[in-house]
Formats: sequence, structure tokens, C-alpha cells
Amino acid sequence: MTEPLAPPPKKNPQRRTRLPTLPPAMRSRAGLGLALAAGQGRFALQCCAECGAVQYPPRDACHQCLATDLQWRDQPTGGQLLAETRIHASPDPYFRERLPWRAGTVQLDAGPVVLAHVHGDVAREARVRMALRLDRAGQGVLMALPERETPHMEDDPMLREMGTHPRHRRVLITDARAPEAEPLARALLDAGAAHVFLGLAEGWRPFPACERIEAIEGVTLHPLDVTDAESLADLAGSIGGKVDILINNARHIRPGGVIGAALHDTRDALEVGALGLMRLAHAFGPAMRARGADGVNSACAWVNVLPAQALAHDPGFAGAVAAGAAMRALSLSLRAELRAGGIRVLHAHAGPIDDEWHQPLPPPKLAPAALARAIVQGLEQGLEEIHAGDVARDLAQRFAENPALLAREMEGGA
Amino acid sequence: MARAGYDGAVLVAPFTEPYSRFSNESAHWWIARALRGSLRAAGLGPREIDGFSVASFTLFPDTPVALTQHLGLSPRWLDSVPMGGASGVVALRRAARAVQAGDADIVACVAGDTNPIDGFRKLLSAFSRFALDASYPYGYGGPNASFALLMDRYMQEYGASRADFGHVAVAQRANALKNPHALMKKPLTLDDYLNARPIAEPIALFDCVMPCAGGEAFLVMREDRARALGLPFARIRATIERHNAFADDPIQLRGGWVVDVDELWQMAGMGPQDMDLVQTYDDYPVISVMQFEDLGFCAKGEGADFLRARDLTIAGDLPHNTSGGQLSSGQAGAAGGFIGLVEAIRQVTQTAGPTQVADAARALVSGFGMINFDRGVCSAACVLEGGA
Repeated sequence: MTEPLAPPPKKNPQRRTRLPTLPPAMRSRAGLGLALAAGQGRFALQCCAECGAVQYPPRDACHQCLATDLQWRDQPTGGQLLAETRIHASPDPYFRERLPWRAGTVQLDAGPVVLAHVHGDVAREARVRMALRLDRAGQGVLMALPERETPHMEDDPMLREMGTHPRHRRVLITDARAPEAEPLARALLDAGAAHVFLGLAEGWRPFPACERIEAIEGVTLHPLDVTDAESLADLAGSIGGKVDILINNARHIRPGGVIGAALHDTRDALEVGALGLMRLAHAFGPAMRARGADGVNSACAWVNVLPAQALAHDPGFAGAVAAGAAMRALSLSLRAELRAGGIRVLHAHAGPIDDEWHQPLPPPKLAPAALARAIVQGLEQGLEEIHAGDVARDLAQRFAENPALLAREMEGGA
Repeated sequence: MARAGYDGAVLVAPFTEPYSRFSNESAHWWIARALRGSLRAAGLGPREIDGFSVASFTLFPDTPVALTQHLGLSPRWLDSVPMGGASGVVALRRAARAVQAGDADIVACVAGDTNPIDGFRKLLSAFSRFALDASYPYGYGGPNASFALLMDRYMQEYGASRADFGHVAVAQRANALKNPHALMKKPLTLDDYLNARPIAEPIALFDCVMPCAGGEAFLVMREDRARALGLPFARIRATIERHNAFADDPIQLRGGWVVDVDELWQMAGMGPQDMDLVQTYDDYPVISVMQFEDLGFCAKGEGADFLRARDLTIAGDLPHNTSGGQLSSGQAGAAGGFIGLVEAIRQVTQTAGPTQVADAARALVSGFGMINFDRGVCSAACVLEGGA
């Protein structure tokens, strides 16, 4: 049985913060398919498009028929643990700090036999449920979980190490005014977050949820304006070393195309979305990257909330979505930079939210609470790509199938 | 088609460059030392060989081609054998065919590797693509973890105990104490073995080899040449080689020897009972046990019982890994694929000195190499007989 995770003791400021080390990160091109599936929470393996053989490790040709048309397809997650070991010695610095480490051989129901990380609650020679998870290096790895949920199983040291679970962690949400801010703060606290810092720009301007937010225990409001580097430096100076998860939900969404829209709306969208992300990274990135191995409440995740249409474009919100696309590109680079600290960068692709700026749009629209739930679930499951709501899921699927066709379809305002 | 024998080609001048735990010398240095030692034993100079076979993991960025220039050799036959623990037998069978066919007159087969501080971790870190993608990220236990899984399954499947594997390790240490070049100098008891610290359960410290630097070499030439040089020689009675056998076995509990073992003994015109000594590839005792089974000494799953009833020391009824093997002498990279073969040539030519088995005439040598992902992919074996 997994021991419930105890809250971390107060940090001793005289002790050196443990430097983040990473598990082996080098992979073949084919091997990267595991990370793509893991980041989306899928259990997919490489299959031969001609003969259907499922194979592992990933290859460049089918080991049954030598065909080179290989595809990643979702697979049944069942498996049987055939053998196991507990590793007590490793020359790798990352694993050396985390020994003993349990690994095992699993016969997958899907066919192949694999080497996998083994959760502490899995019994010897037991049936297991397989998952693809991202490890600290951001690579996809196979994990054998107990077939059925066990108490506190997410507190298993290995699973905790792989994941970005909010329990006992402190979270900064950058925009308290956004409609999902209040439900997000509540959902994080429900998931066990130790504290939620909420950033508030132009604090003199009233907003409807303010009083309710102030009344939540474990939440504090802080002056924060992502367009103002000074306000970010001030806040980072006081809480920068305590932000374990940063959720950047600041965005500036106004309707309008390219010809008809006001330039200043797009400029503001870029200031808040794209440049705001950079300013936040300047202020909070270094401390987070240095705190990737800082105990129970180590820094672990950075979430950027993006308009789902940022995968393509949207003539109805051209400037806002362009800013979202810029934000996405910056976020992908940030992902590469934060990886050195073991910090995961998540993209929360949000469909049109049910708010004043999307008021004339037809349903389905995304309820702010649903976006909040999707983000917290994504953190709990250690994902990289979250698609919140039907519109976002639909766009992601069409983008995966044919990006050019999606761009064409979006011209019709789809 | 029946395979042709190896008549006329013989093995001479076995030489071991004494191992060193760590070394700042290069693989080139270790290969040069081993080659020179073997040539000196044969009374030959470097210009007199026209065939060169090299096995090494640490030559990078060089290959055997660069080595010819580095060492001033001009062979007309050049081979690179990237098969780790199977490289000795594989080098031998290729070289013997070249000599038989007249493609080369004298082939020097050499294996050598260096081991600088942190060298083993670096060697592992890019060992194979499957290892990068699918084994190192899972605890980075290296071969220890891979074979721990195999041993765990073997013990479950066949009811073997750790003490059974200890029997192999303890006997090899006794042999090593007679080999002045073995890295392990202290006696090992079964209690020491059983109480050793765990490395990757069920593998503990004395199941593991110690990575080190070293070199091994021997020469292949025609029998008349060996006689003219006055060199004691070994004849090759049979060889087998197999790669990626039984790919559908979920865990490797048998090696490729099983596919070819009948051919081995048929070609040799002998059986396991005729062997005066056995040199298995002993990266772990469980692998040695597997080889006794797969090479026909006993049925699958009965290896532990079979060996428990036998004395595996030099003076015993089944001398095994008489120089101490890798478990007690050290694992010098690709030279670990030569250690048993070079020692077997010494044994059947009565030149093994302190580890000599009395009246040893026939030896079985087995090789096993390259954990590409979850199992050793290459297997090989040969039967040698002392020439007269």
C-alpha cells in the first residue's frame, strides 16, 4: 500500500537546494512517438500499416514483414508482470539519487513484451494496467500500474516523480480576472494544492469574483501585470522561490478580422499573450528551473492557456488567435528551456469560453469550470497537451489528421 | 549440406595482457600490447601477419582500418567483430576459414578495451538504439538489471536458488586465486556470496563482473606452419553461431545454442561427456547455468541440480572457467568474449601454468553477446582439441 504523502517540512534556507538531474533523455526519432502519446495521455504503440503487427521497441521497419509504413495506434492497456527487479546500483546520477528503483518485464495484452517502471502497489506476477507517462526528462516511458485503483496510489514515489500532481504544491495563476480563475483555484485546492497565488492587474478595477476569491482559504491575491516587467520582478522577488506550478491564463481576446479590426486590440493581445509569456518566463523561469528537484513541493509544471484555434487561425478572432499562435511557438521553446530543470510545460487548448467576448457564438462553448477541471486533471495525469471542451478536441483531431485542410475549413468560420 | 571441418587451420600463441581495473591508456594501446604478446609467443614480428581480426568497444572514433595504420600493419584480410561476448568464437571461425581458403596465412585475432574512470557509464550510454529507447530510461541498471529480470524469471520457472548460482561463483573465485593476473584476490565463500549487497534483485554483488581494461589475443595459421615454428597448437573440432534466436520467448531462458547444439556435437564427433573443461561466457552465473543446459550437459531447468553435484574447480570433475572467468578476473570489454577461448587454447596446449587442468585435451568454449534490448542476441560455441 502506498503511504500517503506527508506535507513537506518548512524549507531550511541554510541548506543548498538539491540540483535537478534528469533521467536519460536521448531517444531515436521513432522512439519519440512514446513521448507524443504520453503527453496526450494515450497508450499507443507502433503498428505496421500493412500486416498490423504491434512492435516494441519502436523501429524503422516492421519486424514481421519489413514494411516501412508504421503508425502509432491506441492499444489495450492490460498486461501481465512476468519478472521484476529492484535496482540498487546505477551509474546514472538521476537514478542514483532515487534508488532502489523497481522495474519489470511485462507481457502486454497488445502483444509485445516490454520493460517498464513498476508501481509500488503492483504485486509479484500480477495483472497490471499499463500507462505511458512522461518522465522528468519529458520522455515517454511505460509504467505498470495496479490493475485497480489503490488508496493514495498517486503518492507512490515513482509516480509522483513522473508527474506534476498539485498535492502539497503552491500554484501561481497569473490572471484572477479570467472567468476560470475562481473555479481553477478551488479545483487546485481540492486536488491538495498547498496554496494558490492569484495575480491581479490594475487592482483598483473591481471584478465580480473578487470577494468570493478573497474568502477562499489558501488563496491570496497579488499585484501582477504581465505587461509590466517591474510588477513581475516585484512579485517574483517575494514568491518566486515558492511557485511550484505556474498557470499562465492571462490573455486578451477581442473579436475581429485582419482588415476590419483595430490594430491596438492585436497589439494588446500580443503584449499580454506572447510578450507577457516572455516576461513571466524572465521573472519566474530561472527559479523554477533551479527547483525541479526540491523535495515534495519541487517546481514541476508551467501551464499556458491557449485559444484552441491557435493550431490554425480564426477569421473571427484573427488578432487574438495570432497572438495565441505566437504564444504557442514561444511556449514550445520554453518547454525546451525548462526541460533542463525537469519542469513540464503544458498547453491547455481552450475552445471558446462562455464569456462576454464570445457572446454571439453558437454552442458548444466551454464553461470556465470545465476548463479549470481539464487543467487540474492534466496536471494530475502529467500531460503536456490538454484539449478542454468539444471544440478544442475537435480542432486537435482535425489538426492531427490534416493541418492544411483544417486551415481551409476554418475560413468558413467553422 | 554437411559443413566442412576446420582441418589444417590451428590456434596458437594465446596471450592475455594482464587486466587493470581502470586505465588511461587507449583501446589501441591494449590491442597493441595483446598483439605484441601473442606475436612474441609465436616468435613472429608484426609484418609477418597478413590477417587481422579486431573486437573492441572503445576504439571510437577509429575502426580496425585506422588500427592498421596506427599499428603499422598491412594485412590482406581484415575483420571487425562487433559481437561482444561472442566475439572470440566468431573471430576464430571466420579466421580459420580464411586460413583454410588461403585468403590469409596468419590471422591475428585480438580483442582489447580500455576502461577510464566513468568509462563504463559512457560506454553504456550509447550501447544500442533499443537500449537508449527502451531500457536505460528504466532505472539505468545496465546489464545488471536486464539479467536480474532473466534470473528472477529463471528462479520462478525452475526453482533454482541463489545458492545454486553461488556454487558457480565460489568455484570460479577458487580458480582465480591460482591466476596471478585475476583482479579478484580474496577467497569467496558461499556466505559471502549470499550476504552480499543487492545490486539489482535478485542479483547481488558477486553475481556481477567488474568492468576493467585488458586485452586478449591468439593466432590462427596452418598446422604445418605451427609445426615449423615449433608451436603447440589447438585444433577446431566444431563451431556454431546464431543471432536473435527465439525472438518470441517473452524472457530469455534459453540462448541460440539450442538451435545448433546437435550440429555442434555431431560436427565435433564428441559429446559433452568428452570435455575435460568448459569455458562458458560468465557475465552472470545464471548465464553460465543456462549454457550448460543449452549445450547439452543436462536438460533445461536442471542446470542448478547438475552443477551442484559437481566440483567446478581446476582439480574438480568438471573444471569450469579455469582462469577465474570474468566474474573473478574482470570484464575487459570485448576481451571478455575472448577470455574463455584464450584460456582454453592454453589449457589444451598444456601451457596454462598455475591454472592448468591435468591432462586437458578437449575443451568447450561458449560465447554470448550483446544485450541489444532485453536479452543477449549473439550466441556461439566451439570445441577445441589439443594438437599433437
